[in-house]
Amino acid sequence: MSDLTVSELDKVRSILKREPNETERGIFTVMWSEHCSYKSSRIHLKKLPTRSERVLVGPGENAGIIDIGNGYAIAFKIESHNHPSFIEPFQGAATGVGGILRDIFTMGARPIAVLDALRFGPLDDPAAGDRNRRILEGVVGGISHYGNCFGVPTIGGETVFERCYNGNPLVNVFALGVFKHDEIFFGRASGIGNPVIYVGAKTGRDGIHGASMASSEFTEESKQKRPNVQVGDPFMEKLLLEACLEAMHTGAIVGIQDMGAAGLTCSTCEMGSRAGTGVEIDLALVPQRETGMTPYEIMLSESQERMLIVAEKGREEEVFAVFRKWGLDAVTIGRVTGDGKLRVKDRGVVAAEIPNRELADEAPLYDRPHNVAPYRPAPMEAPEIPASRHLKADLLKLLGSSDLCSKRWIWQQYDTTVRTNTLAGPGGDAAIVRIKETGTSVAMSVDGNARYCALSPREGARLLVAECCRNLSTVGALPVAATNNLNFGNPERPEIMAQLVESIEGIAEACRFFETPITGGNVSLYNETLGEAIWPTPVMGIVGLLPTAPPVTIPFKEEGRTVMLLGGFGTVDTVRFGGTQYAKIVLNKMWGLPPALDMEYEKRVQAAIREVVAQGHAESSHDLGEGGLAVALAECCSGGTGAHVDLPATLRPEFALFHEGPSRVLISTGHPEAVEAIARQHKVACPRLGVTMTGALRIDGGAATWIDCRVEQLMDVWQNGLERMLAPTHV
Amino acid sequence: MRFGVVVFPGSNCDHDAWYALSHNLGQQAEFIWHDSTSLGNADAVILPGGFSYGDYLRCGAIAKFSPVMSAVRKFAADGGLVLGICNGFQILVESGLLPGALLRNAGLRFVSREVTLRIETTNTPFTASAQRGQLIRVPVAHGDGCYFADTRTLDMLEAEDRVVVRYIDNPNGSLRDIAGICSERRNVMGLMPHPERASDPLMGSTEGRVILESMIQSVVAAHA
Repeated sequence: MSDLTVSELDKVRSILKREPNETERGIFTVMWSEHCSYKSSRIHLKKLPTRSERVLVGPGENAGIIDIGNGYAIAFKIESHNHPSFIEPFQGAATGVGGILRDIFTMGARPIAVLDALRFGPLDDPAAGDRNRRILEGVVGGISHYGNCFGVPTIGGETVFERCYNGNPLVNVFALGVFKHDEIFFGRASGIGNPVIYVGAKTGRDGIHGASMASSEFTEESKQKRPNVQVGDPFMEKLLLEACLEAMHTGAIVGIQDMGAAGLTCSTCEMGSRAGTGVEIDLALVPQRETGMTPYEIMLSESQERMLIVAEKGREEEVFAVFRKWGLDAVTIGRVTGDGKLRVKDRGVVAAEIPNRELADEAPLYDRPHNVAPYRPAPMEAPEIPASRHLKADLLKLLGSSDLCSKRWIWQQYDTTVRTNTLAGPGGDAAIVRIKETGTSVAMSVDGNARYCALSPREGARLLVAECCRNLSTVGALPVAATNNLNFGNPERPEIMAQLVESIEGIAEACRFFETPITGGNVSLYNETLGEAIWPTPVMGIVGLLPTAPPVTIPFKEEGRTVMLLGGFGTVDTVRFGGTQYAKIVLNKMWGLPPALDMEYEKRVQAAIREVVAQGHAESSHDLGEGGLAVALAECCSGGTGAHVDLPATLRPEFALFHEGPSRVLISTGHPEAVEAIARQHKVACPRLGVTMTGALRIDGGAATWIDCRVEQLMDVWQNGLERMLAPTHV
Repeated sequence: MRFGVVVFPGSNCDHDAWYALSHNLGQQAEFIWHDSTSLGNADAVILPGGFSYGDYLRCGAIAKFSPVMSAVRKFAADGGLVLGICNGFQILVESGLLPGALLRNAGLRFVSREVTLRIETTNTPFTASAQRGQLIRVPVAHGDGCYFADTRTLDMLEAEDRVVVRYIDNPNGSLRDIAGICSERRNVMGLMPHPERASDPLMGSTEGRVILESMIQSVVAAHA
């Protein structure tokens, strides 16, 4: 495990004014780990915008909360479970889902949606392909197992494959819950003398040092770390959810926090620190599933499905009664004190005594050196791009590729409709759940693009925020708030730290511009295996609001409709083509810079598409992303209706069809004049490309026919791409 | 009419059934906690989807011992209408109220998608308002939905017109494409797909309503 450094240990000594004992040292080690303290990123995270009129609770709590009107609010956050998912994919991913769900319901909200951003090594990697397939299947199985049993729909996300994730897959889970304004709870140990109550699963030896494991690089020894991965019990979590929400309604609960990373240690000292109080507990009272556990083990255990509650003194029985009803342990293990200290006793004998505030909030902060250019895995200079000999074959190759093909194989394992709120599930630009009580719906998009960020962390991050907001606008939702998951390599290397800093600054700039403050999130560093870092991988989760109505979806519906490209054809040059999927899949190369983004123009395009959708003019709409216009057109054929479009031959065909310039949305409409009027009003281009038709997708460029393909062929390649890659190639 | 929706600790489609009945179909619907020994004054009972007691053993294997299931058995013996959806079907089978077993899906993976069902008989209180041969689109979401029984039982179910709905596109390997069956007296039905999730126009399909509406009409007719 990563231990305290010499200077950190000195700081511990000066806080305690003595030498720490073994338990205290363990407690400091986990609380001051990168995972719990954000010590390398915190000074840069301060650059992020965190406020707006809608933000009720910003960063620093278990989840951010925003107002959605009519007295209702939503809580949401994204969190990673990268390291455990590599060591034990099924349980690693399952407990990742469990952890973020607890973050939501510990605030008092009922979880109503989960989305996942998953990244793996290539399935056809000559050396690691078998392992990558196993990791993918395990991770998807774990998410499916936990979310389905718990009863939350898993309704979107993304799955991406790059070589840099061979030894370091990423599992980022976003969850969102809903509640009323007066149902919000905080993790605060207020009220001296109030009882501290432990509820939920018993404590075992699982997950000890999980937080510090997540704060180091992988080495050959990492395979020995399987005992550090926790085991999840979604049924227990479901009981805990219902019992916690019911107990909150008694009015007897003062504060509540889940035991996530660093378990009992983190929940006690953070609750005390937030309230400015002390917390005294006796470990002999903690429900345990193993015998002979030491104070060190009990304090550092990361057993799942546990919560810490501070109740009003004298009303304990109201809380106990609810937990009895649900068949869960609920035991008073201590009380709130006035001395500001975390005092851990073991059968009455003090085993650790540490000031809460210093422990929880005064971890050393590091301004790690980053005065170098961010590490780039590719050259700036563009290679010769040969003229394509077969554009249709290129399109089919892209559609069947692991990044672009349908992820049906994955999301058919997720219960997407439980709770009957899902208006738009996986496979769309944004997922949408309705709030039954208010007539409002919430749209969500979770997205990353490490290929762009590897070429330019700052520009990639801005593109990412723009794309996520565009996904929401495409279904008619106004983006209102964001959460982010920053996945990077070792911050002690300046060229990696530079990636992190530039990404954060790019996100900050774009989130400020698009008025989507960051209300919380997660930083996952040390994503390196044997010295090889992942590409900089910030992942955004952005939420938007729209009135509840049948959603606009991607597929063309009727033939004879006008196909339009709101935002226009976009710009590209050779350097800005190097991060595209065409460069990756067809040319097998990477270079240059990500597509250029004009944020002012992007904002106008998004306002225009929202208005087009709101006025009911979009029969279908689809945001242009990876794979560019041709891939977007092909995806619009997924309902069986094709199109005949004609593009100006001003760009070479490879660029016109496959460049990934932002600020573009493809729609089909029966009211092209009305759409044009809206586009003019917002000062954005909106060329008519052609009409929808049955049976085929035909793309002409000037006088030439670039692509002409039966819809069935496109769909066969696209829909079955992932299954084909997962099918055993040899027995 | 009054529906009772049974709530086991791990039920997670209880609210879906309650919402469909109360909001989409305008009926009274009450939750019944699993340790209750009475079903109150319910006219019909729904065993909803979910994971009753975690279902780490066989799905429904523990639920059959719950106090509420004694009440459900008695209710069914008295001719009351009982509909088991998904986990509810598994519990009915484990409880012996319906024959056969539900095994792990043929693909060994959880399957969540829309399926098309064919109404095989209208001679049940659950399909009386439907047309024989009618196709309905409803979602499935389960890991253990592969219907299995020995040949004699399958033949008997068919001979007695007790296969109520069949899959057009079998998602789980169920024998003879069976998606739902009813009891000998025809007042207990179990099915793996979720008609309650296809009862709201915003959910993409309202074609599951015919099952819930048939129950309502059957009860109303019986009271008339």
